[in-house]
Amino acid sequence: MEETIVNATNLKKYFPIKEGLFSSTKENIKAVDNINIEIRKGETFGLVGESGCGKTTLGRVLIHLIPPTAGTLVFMGSDLTAINKSELRKLRPHMQIVFQDPSSSLNPRMTVKNIIGEPLKINKRFAGEELNAKILELLNTVGLDEQHMYRYPHEFSGGQKQRIGVARALALNPDFIVLDEPTSSLDVSVQAQILNLFKDLQEKFQLTYLFITHDLSVIKYISDRVAVMYAGKIVEYAPTKDLFWEQLHPYTKALLSAIPVPDPRIKRKHIHLKGEVPSLISPPSGCRFHPRCPQAMPKCSEAEPELKEFHKDHFVACYLY
Amino acid sequence: MRWLIHEYDSEVDKIRPHVKLVDDFFKKHESKIKDLRFMAYLFRKSLLSMIGLILILILILVALFAPFIASQHPAYVRVSTDQGTTVIEERWDINFSQTLLPPSAQHLFGTDDYGRDIFSMVIYGSQTSFRICIIVVAISTFIGIILGGIAGYFGGIIDETLMRITDVFLAIPYLILAMAVAAALGRSIDHIMEAMIIVWWPTYARLMRGQVIAIREQQFVEAARSVGASNSRILFRHIFPNSFAPLLVEITLDLGAVLLVAAGLSFLGLGASPGTAEWGLMISSGRVHMFHAWWYVTFPGLAIVLVVLGFNLLGDGLRDVTDPKLRR
Repeated sequence: MEETIVNATNLKKYFPIKEGLFSSTKENIKAVDNINIEIRKGETFGLVGESGCGKTTLGRVLIHLIPPTAGTLVFMGSDLTAINKSELRKLRPHMQIVFQDPSSSLNPRMTVKNIIGEPLKINKRFAGEELNAKILELLNTVGLDEQHMYRYPHEFSGGQKQRIGVARALALNPDFIVLDEPTSSLDVSVQAQILNLFKDLQEKFQLTYLFITHDLSVIKYISDRVAVMYAGKIVEYAPTKDLFWEQLHPYTKALLSAIPVPDPRIKRKHIHLKGEVPSLISPPSGCRFHPRCPQAMPKCSEAEPELKEFHKDHFVACYLY
Repeated sequence: MRWLIHEYDSEVDKIRPHVKLVDDFFKKHESKIKDLRFMAYLFRKSLLSMIGLILILILILVALFAPFIASQHPAYVRVSTDQGTTVIEERWDINFSQTLLPPSAQHLFGTDDYGRDIFSMVIYGSQTSFRICIIVVAISTFIGIILGGIAGYFGGIIDETLMRITDVFLAIPYLILAMAVAAALGRSIDHIMEAMIIVWWPTYARLMRGQVIAIREQQFVEAARSVGASNSRILFRHIFPNSFAPLLVEITLDLGAVLLVAAGLSFLGLGASPGTAEWGLMISSGRVHMFHAWWYVTFPGLAIVLVVLGFNLLGDGLRDVTDPKLRR
């Protein structure tokens, strides 16, 4: 068994909707609801799901950018939910994030040098000439050079901005990086470059990634294991190869049938799902997918199915299995 | 423009090391300079904002060099009210045989009912006006930025408390407050400035709060938090620098507004004490002579119009320049 880097048990993140004079909590948005996840050192863990299913929230909770409502979150042996602020700050350098929108993730009033240098300065790793050298080294690592150092973010293209974002995340030699849809705002050719950059960096620095995306072809290319998320829950997770070979959960089947194939002669059966993504405020009872599920049984609306290991390493939360 | 030439003789560096320093400076700040140039270019393109800028520059120069511009030493003209004894001495300079003279070569804007030179008074009045504008706006901006910034950034109960306090201050009518202050503490420019600060800062606090709330949700703030930045660092390095643009526009426009309100208060007899070179006060004392001495009210009135217009045009120009949608 490989070493675990992140281990979350019964992780919950509820966003309260407050109303009234005394800000009493009326309802909760259950963005992450009872999730168990375990990410191994050195792997790329893919997380897929539709928009609004809570995958971004999960990514942020896993590096404690937003504190979880309940559950335990163990990162490199220490429980992030139990430690105090200064200890948490010491752990921050080990976990970093690359954001979806490269233009809003870079401060428009800071030069590239200051953006990349900020983490180094805060953690007092380098100063003066050494700092400059380190920044240059980071820029070179992500394929930029010295002439870019004193420019502002608006002077760069989307792909270049994303590279700057990656350089900032790498500055502190992290062990674990959450990649929150890092390629979805880039065009296809640049996407490929950035994905390859991620792969190279992983090899070079022994990084662990959590790759959040809704793009299944990207997941297939980059990740070792995949979790499929639906309405704040993980419905299935398995090694990438197994998942693309055999889908167990009806939602995963529908999701994967939607991948476009670049060959018009191949006729495939699309599974068209009826209805909308359920509201995270009052999710359906039992299995959250049952109102849209083509194979729903009476039992599905009564109790929630647990994640079970169907094959080796292949987990699914469905009563069909 | 040497920094544009990439390869140059390194011998030059040895002989004149300061040349390299200057080059390095330009290389480092190339982007900033380009940015400023672009802003200046946008600004120059608009005629109205250039007029505004020129009007304000003239005001600044006039206020700075008032003693050199004024045609005669302003007898009885007091810049500040705290001059006490000197005022009595200067009263002897007043020439009562020269009251209400029309504009002439000797008195460009004519004289007032005490025989004082209106040109000199208008010139010296710019100092008073400028002092009021700058101090009121600077202090209210400072209070507004700090309170609004804290309210917006921390949110929750802190936000709620600060904003309700702001609401209380917003509910105070400035005229009544200025009257109350003048009645309680005596008639003085300093007192109306205090009264104006009290009613002015809530606008800035609200504006700043809105800005901070918008910027707080940006991903670069989250990114800063993820590398372990402290709250104060996030506030001062990331949020504040990005929320100043709309504030700057508001400040410029408010400089004119403050001037108008201050002149109005002086006109009503709440502000400057009689004898001070203050435009509003001059109009107030000139209004009884309006029909036989038009110059008495006209020139200070024109001064107010030009300066307020200048600030408004400048503010509009700045808004256009700082609007990111217009830029790229």
